[in-house]
Amino acid sequence: MSTETLEAPVVKEREALLSKRRKKFITDPLNDDNPITVQVLGICSALAVTTQMKPTLVMALSVIFVMIFSNLTISLMRNLVPTRVRIIVQLAVVATLVTLVNEVLKAYAFDMYKELSVFIGLIITNCIVMGRLEAFALGNKPYDSVLDGLGSGLGYSWIILAVAFFREIWGSGKVFGYPVFDAIGFENVALNGLMVSPVGAFIVLGVIIWVQRTKTGYVEH
Amino acid sequence: MRQSNTYIIVFSLILTAVLGGLLSGVSQVLGPTQKKAQDLDTKKQILGAVMPMDDIKKMESEAILELYSQVITSEVADFRGDLITTNEKGGPMVAEEVNIEKNYKKAAEERQYPIFKYHQPGQADQVEAYIVPVYGAGLWDAIWGFMALETNLESIKGITFGHKGETPGLGARITEAEVQGRFSGKTFVDTNGNVVEMQMIKGENNPQSKLGPHKIDGLSGATLTANGVNDMMNAYYGYYQNYFNKHVRNNATALNQQ
Repeated sequence: MSTETLEAPVVKEREALLSKRRKKFITDPLNDDNPITVQVLGICSALAVTTQMKPTLVMALSVIFVMIFSNLTISLMRNLVPTRVRIIVQLAVVATLVTLVNEVLKAYAFDMYKELSVFIGLIITNCIVMGRLEAFALGNKPYDSVLDGLGSGLGYSWIILAVAFFREIWGSGKVFGYPVFDAIGFENVALNGLMVSPVGAFIVLGVIIWVQRTKTGYVEH
Repeated sequence: MRQSNTYIIVFSLILTAVLGGLLSGVSQVLGPTQKKAQDLDTKKQILGAVMPMDDIKKMESEAILELYSQVITSEVADFRGDLITTNEKGGPMVAEEVNIEKNYKKAAEERQYPIFKYHQPGQADQVEAYIVPVYGAGLWDAIWGFMALETNLESIKGITFGHKGETPGLGARITEAEVQGRFSGKTFVDTNGNVVEMQMIKGENNPQSKLGPHKIDGLSGATLTANGVNDMMNAYYGYYQNYFNKHVRNNATALNQQ
């Protein structure tokens, strides 16, 4: 008779928007399960774009965007995607989103586009993106997948920003293009050309991994 | 059902159509804005050859376009140096719209060669510099730029470079103001009036003895990019000689004789 009475017992208690389980999706990749320093994925772009902080920030935001929306899209389609072509489907979705980012940059931030378009294209092959789609979005609900994408994106971002910070300050004496040493009165600070080359990124990244693993006690098996 | 071939094919087709439609829609919507951004960027690069890039970057985009329209006049010539006034569609030829990349793929004799003449506002007949585009191959992909020549058509007033995919921190440094500044004052012609190849040499921080009026301090770790820069500058300096002979040197001698 009344539909309400029929449905009432079916309604489950809704999980809080940011329950403990969901918070872990975001916090885990920041440290304990960091895509770069623990899973050692996405190294290529971590080396390539991190000579200066500004392009690194744009790269980080682009990756977060692509991760959130590809996770969302794949998760929404997860019951429709034929298993045999799922990798191609993931690729197509990621490639579309990356092209979107590239086109938007070209229209509204042409200088960034000129500097970054090579690497933006490479987000498609960023192992973190594909890895999360395959490992998480294909088997989880959309909202959880969005959180997972955000978490992994942030985990990737803070590492490449940290690497870029050290490389820019040691390599060019600047932070976000601002000459810090001049500003605080140190002149003729010796800069290290090694930091500008990809080798510098390996060294900085290595030190970050070292510090992190000493603190968390993580060991490879 | 989800594993059947028909399902997979239909699924793929729909996915392709949806994603393709989305992308072409976005490209349609953003197209005009992108074209404007590209046009502004070209004009910035042209102006950058004759004034400090830092000053240009501080300006609003309208101010840049305004300044550009005041201090630059442009024309297009063919390989023999004759002016081209109408484009393929019959409309007026616009030098800023000549696609250097497309022209580069043609034989040198068939290309269109835009020339940008820099002068003080309102004094179009007193040219202070001739700015010509250059285009060539770097290490990984295309490199290009705009080269401003003094009115003697021998020495470089200023230069800007751009690139598609040179290595950041190595070859990509050709876009830095300091690197571009190394070209200022260098000349294509020796004291006897012979054309000499401009050369960015190997290694960086070379002693003065190795440098000279035709030799430029190189980029450490980017010798191949520097070679590409050399090739394109020398090649394009040559391509423009017919135009210079017909339209600049002739006029100058005519004026002197009067």
